Amino acid sequence: MSSPDGTAPPDRPDGTAAEEPRIEDLVHEDAGPTPRFGGLASEHAEHEAAAADAEVMTESGVEDAGTTTAPVTPTETGGKLELGPVGHLGDRLFGGLARGSGGLVVLIVAFVGIFLLALAIPALIDDKSNFLFSRIWEPGGDQPRFGIAALFYTTVISSIIAMLIAVPIAIGVALFVTYYAPKRLAAPVAHAVDLLAAVPSIIYGLWGILFFAPILRPVINGLSTALGWIPLFEKPPGDNVGVVFTASVVLAIMILPVVTAISREIFAQTPIAHREGALALGATRWEMIRLSVLPYGRSGVVSASMLGLGRALGETVAVLIILSVPNGNDPWNSSIFAGGETFASKIANNAAEFDSPEKTGAYIAAGLVLFVVTFLVNSAARIIVDRSAPGTKRPRRNRRAGAATEGASA
Amino acid sequence: MTAVAENKPAYDGKVLDLTGKSGARAFKNTLATVLIVLAFAVAMIPLLWILFTVVSKGYHLLLSADWWSQSQRGITVRRAGGGAYHAIMGTLIMALITAVIAVPIAILGAIYLVEYGKGTRAAKVVSFMIDILTGVPSIVAALFVYAVWITVFGFNRVGFAVSLSLVLLMLPVVLRSTEEMLKLVPDELREASYALGVPKWKTILKVVVPTAFGGIITGVMLGLARVMGETAPLLILVGYSKNINLNPFNGFMGALPTMINQDRTELALPNAADRVWAAALTLILLVLALNLLARLIARFSAIKSK
Repeated sequence: MSSPDGTAPPDRPDGTAAEEPRIEDLVHEDAGPTPRFGGLASEHAEHEAAAADAEVMTESGVEDAGTTTAPVTPTETGGKLELGPVGHLGDRLFGGLARGSGGLVVLIVAFVGIFLLALAIPALIDDKSNFLFSRIWEPGGDQPRFGIAALFYTTVISSIIAMLIAVPIAIGVALFVTYYAPKRLAAPVAHAVDLLAAVPSIIYGLWGILFFAPILRPVINGLSTALGWIPLFEKPPGDNVGVVFTASVVLAIMILPVVTAISREIFAQTPIAHREGALALGATRWEMIRLSVLPYGRSGVVSASMLGLGRALGETVAVLIILSVPNGNDPWNSSIFAGGETFASKIANNAAEFDSPEKTGAYIAAGLVLFVVTFLVNSAARIIVDRSAPGTKRPRRNRRAGAATEGASA
Repeated sequence: MTAVAENKPAYDGKVLDLTGKSGARAFKNTLATVLIVLAFAVAMIPLLWILFTVVSKGYHLLLSADWWSQSQRGITVRRAGGGAYHAIMGTLIMALITAVIAVPIAILGAIYLVEYGKGTRAAKVVSFMIDILTGVPSIVAALFVYAVWITVFGFNRVGFAVSLSLVLLMLPVVLRSTEEMLKLVPDELREASYALGVPKWKTILKVVVPTAFGGIITGVMLGLARVMGETAPLLILVGYSKNINLNPFNGFMGALPTMINQDRTELALPNAADRVWAAALTLILLVLALNLLARLIARFSAIKSK
């Protein structure tokens, strides 16, 4: 969320930076609330909270929705409204608890990073080969040699293919739910897609390798025959279906609900004036979508895809079950029609090997890289959301929360 | 928009037909409709296929009373019999401990974000961290707990360690949905309470939270549904036990995902396959029941917006 730094007057209640007025600002459904008494009450409470808290709160800039539009902003008030110390102790205790929980969340995330780093560093120092560029994985022993290049490649390529498959379908489903399905059908359809997210990943894995992979065999053979001259599509000998491509398709199914839910929310928010304007000019339904809905929702869809990508990168058990682990003697194969291991499946596959700190350290180092990669992907998604136009703020929450809100407000 | 202007029919003395569309545009429109409906159909196939597979292969074991009351103690992979009581209880116990730890932190954290920290820099940091936590893969959460619980403190692999890692996964789900619910509570309710001289903390506890209660419960159930299906932490942090073990602080523990994992390499044996699919169906039923319940609660306790 980009915050105005006090210089730009906030023109929208949700605190997005002021920019040149556009149609959607003028006709947006939730145009600013009327000035309310809430300004005073919450101002008082916030002054009290500020006094109780050691942290310095910035009084300028964004306050909550009530105060920004209140006739007098807190910074301009000479003397503040004194209502007496009502419930001071209770407020301090409860406010402290709430702040403590907020702080705890920050601590937890910091600890995850610090602990993984602390345990990974000794193993990394002992590593006799290049951690980033080596494809060997032989931790433990006197001469531990391990690198993440192969793991990184398989993780990223499988997730990207999953994203490429899932996003177009997700956009289609989201458009179907928002603008094509009959009103009565839209909600059940949306819930049905959400149910895909409720299926545990181990069941995806089992179904994927036992029932889905066999029907992918002709696709794999066809693609590798047609495009086999590209190393990426080269088919190694044998009739193996537990390959990266299969894992990608199953991953695509698994991230479909995430991408769909966020895209759906964005598409539904396209200002009605844009849509009806297009229709009034004689646009067909598809032209209306292409001219108003898709441009409005573009950044939201991009960030939804990134969140889906993040989900795919970290998926463990489904990939673990589907991907066949290549033999130690086989040469490394970059094809998506070969087996392989991702960060997550490697760690889960070798959980029994965590017997010495050196070995564990190697796996923790791999986990740390996975953490950093998903962190970067998710942050990129957030930044895209935050930078984008007003109205595209809503997908800040995850899929489930979004679905819950939607269900509750229906 | 230019296309629209160009296609405006010229008046040629006949009746002006404004509803007509040129062939290419009409075709594109139809094509888009077909593709979009097709995308929806494609998305539905795996869901129906998975549900059909699991139900048709797993339902018959669920019909026996033994499935719900017996463990797998002494049952080898080739033999039939026994039940999933140990795994169901294990899953429920770990999920319950997770909820007991995660829910208070999540609700208080959401209260901080909505009621106390709104607009402050500190709240933005917290919010960002929650976004990070939302994206933490389950295997990383499990590794973290392994690093703390086993490598640093030297404890054993037990059910409680699994719960700790599941807390990391459940916390952001519940926190975000609670936050959204609290935001929906109309400010008028808070103002009315302040106007009556009720202090802020009491306003939150007696007015804001009860108003949003249904939505908060929905978030908790969706969070529970998410953690119950997680397998990766179970693989790393607790061993699978065929016996009934209800103590999360001592010994290995059964759980439905690890019960599936246990026999999945032996699917050629009919009895093992039956067990795997029955356990999968039990797990899906549990998770789906929580999801549907959550949606029902959400529907019937929606905050009335003006």
